Amino acid sequence: MLRGKGGRISFFDEMTSQEGGPRSPYREYCDWFYAEDSQRIQHKTQQAEALFRTTGITFNVYGDADADERLIPFDVVPRIISASEWRRLSRGIEQRVRALNAFLYDIYHRQEILRAGRVPTRLIARNDAFLPMMMGLDPPGGIYTHISGTDIVRTGANEFYVLEDNARTPSGVSYMLENRETMLQMFPELFAKVAVREVGDYPINLLKSLSACAPPKCGGTPTVAVLTPGIHNSAYYEHSFLADHMGAELVEGHDLRVVDGRVQMRTTQGYKAIDVVYRRVDDDFLDPLNFRPDSMLGVPGIWDVYRGGAITIANAPGTGIADDKALYSYMPDIIEFYTGEKALLPNVPTWRCSEPEHLREVLDRLPELVVKEVHGSGGYGMLVGPAASKKELAAFRAKLEANPGNYIAQPTLSLSTVPIFTKKGLAPRHVDLRPFVLMSPQGITITPGGLTRVAMTSGSLVVNSSQGGGTKDTWVLED
Amino acid sequence: MLGKTAGSLFWMARYLERSENNARLIDAGFRIALTRSTTAAAEWKSVLVTAGVDRAFVGAHGEYTSARVVDFMLRDPANPSSILSVIKQARDNARTARTALTREVWEAVNTNWMTLTALLKRPVRDDDLPDVLTAIRQQSAQVRGALNGTMLRNDGFNFSLLGTFLERADNTARILDVKYYLLLPSVAHIGSSIDNVQWETILRSVSAHRAYRWLYGAEISALKIAEFLILYRQLPRSLAFCCERMEDNLAQLERGYGAETEAGTMARALCHERLSAPIQTIFDSGLHEYVTAFLRANAALARQIEHDFRFVE
Repeated sequence: MLRGKGGRISFFDEMTSQEGGPRSPYREYCDWFYAEDSQRIQHKTQQAEALFRTTGITFNVYGDADADERLIPFDVVPRIISASEWRRLSRGIEQRVRALNAFLYDIYHRQEILRAGRVPTRLIARNDAFLPMMMGLDPPGGIYTHISGTDIVRTGANEFYVLEDNARTPSGVSYMLENRETMLQMFPELFAKVAVREVGDYPINLLKSLSACAPPKCGGTPTVAVLTPGIHNSAYYEHSFLADHMGAELVEGHDLRVVDGRVQMRTTQGYKAIDVVYRRVDDDFLDPLNFRPDSMLGVPGIWDVYRGGAITIANAPGTGIADDKALYSYMPDIIEFYTGEKALLPNVPTWRCSEPEHLREVLDRLPELVVKEVHGSGGYGMLVGPAASKKELAAFRAKLEANPGNYIAQPTLSLSTVPIFTKKGLAPRHVDLRPFVLMSPQGITITPGGLTRVAMTSGSLVVNSSQGGGTKDTWVLED
Repeated sequence: MLGKTAGSLFWMARYLERSENNARLIDAGFRIALTRSTTAAAEWKSVLVTAGVDRAFVGAHGEYTSARVVDFMLRDPANPSSILSVIKQARDNARTARTALTREVWEAVNTNWMTLTALLKRPVRDDDLPDVLTAIRQQSAQVRGALNGTMLRNDGFNFSLLGTFLERADNTARILDVKYYLLLPSVAHIGSSIDNVQWETILRSVSAHRAYRWLYGAEISALKIAEFLILYRQLPRSLAFCCERMEDNLAQLERGYGAETEAGTMARALCHERLSAPIQTIFDSGLHEYVTAFLRANAALARQIEHDFRFVE
């Protein structure tokens, strides 16, 4: 964190260097931008919105009955990452996802890491996402984390941190793809000027990666399906987008049933077996016979088919333990334990409120910290100390003291900024990055870039779309 | 293809067809209400009966005034057949079947919904009504254009066409069902000028008044109108045309799937048994009975399609 005149905090801006000129990855873009008529860009921005509405890339906000469907704001200024920055990031991400998969295998088998005392047993035993039924089960190809989204933040020219490992069901990849599509439609000349790496092959890579994880009982070309909770789910657009672009069927629980020991879908010509299901439904809802009996979203008996090696479920059931924010704080140890290497990308320093010393420090420094629920997501239920009122701080303090094990705390990071386009010109806003990672026995594929989320309000550090955050196209430059 | 997807394509097309048909009914009703205020209430009632929502209207509004009926038919969310309800249903079905639609078709259905929802945000004034009705028909034409121009000629395409023709046959038959008494030769004032306006309305509600002129000239007769709407195979809204298309769509599905279906058999029977007799025979055995029986057969065919192609479990 840099402090400018008068102690004001200044942030690392990814476009503009401290001397005032553009940083090197942005040089060509800035040349183009400053030669453009800003009226034209303004006009294109409005076009982009109309384009998104027609395409139907909308999302539903939970608990908001009035706003039936909303658009995630899209900003036309790309976020640009140089080839060398990306090399470094992708190596770190790959290492992390490999370690995570090895960790999941270990937890559901011999639990060496617990025996070695590197991760406390209670973090697993008390983890709601831990599925004892997965013990000793070998998922096809040994893969648990078929798809993950590693959230990364930047605080300086060479400072990147991993903020979260989303191994459950990371969403947003359709925005990554549609953002690029929109930029290509609006500013085709830009892509002739700047050599930007492709992202459009993600759906095909996803299909290949999922197919490579087909179960032992699959004969021939695997049939892949995407399981969605239905059109009212907030990410339905993404589910249909991915199914459509993979050429896979988009199924709901009521399209499926177990017939002759296989999971089969009801087609116009009778039941047809599927081999790999990319489910966008939580573990609890997968199988009303074996998990939540009131679930209408899943398939009765799918668990038994899974155990019998006749279907692949991606991501594997029980993978969610890795999304726990208390466990996150052990990631450096986890990486070292399974890869024998130091973590290439650092964690954000994290206080575990379950530990009395940590809790004391967190309570002392509450106004400067960010506190999160260990199982939380989407920016819900968190405290941003510097932005909170005295009343909010007091209320949170009480919650923390009542149930410290439910929380972790982190310093308020000075997230890097990238400018957004406003009526008054460019204005810096905080961003993060979610690269999307595919894993199969054939290897790991990371799409260059990922989804850049941006806080649209000046000064805000919350980038979640459920809290008014927007997105940008993310460019990784060719070497 | 998933049974659910096939069902969604079928229903998407039915709802789109319904919005267009209802726009036509409103147009015909509005025209007669403007020019002949004495029979306006009766005319609006027949519009509502044709759309199958008369009882719902009377329950909620009572009196048949132009403003109330038009608003009920265009915008009332409590009316499952209002334009707003129907285009929302069409869009929801398109979303469910999104993977079986081209981007162009999906965007046309979505634009249809966005455009009309915006147009129908507030009650429509009389002088804006023609423009709104035109917009509804144009939006439907856009969807149809996208379907014809971009969809693979596969099973999904056939399911959407089946929905279109089934709904259309239902609509034409309902118009005949409500207006059959005007076409009966026993009515006392037959051949009087009163009939001409009413008959025009019937033709107008299936957009066939010009086609009729071309075909039959100035002579308007009940028999000819009935023949035109029921048996004339070149009129795209006649029962014969719709049934022939359905027979053909089902035959294509059977070929593609390599199996005969009960629905295919029913469609063939509908074409060859009900739609081959001359119009005089239909009149002799009772026009009303004929139309009622057709509506029942058409509904039974819809249920059989749903069953044969596993739209639901």
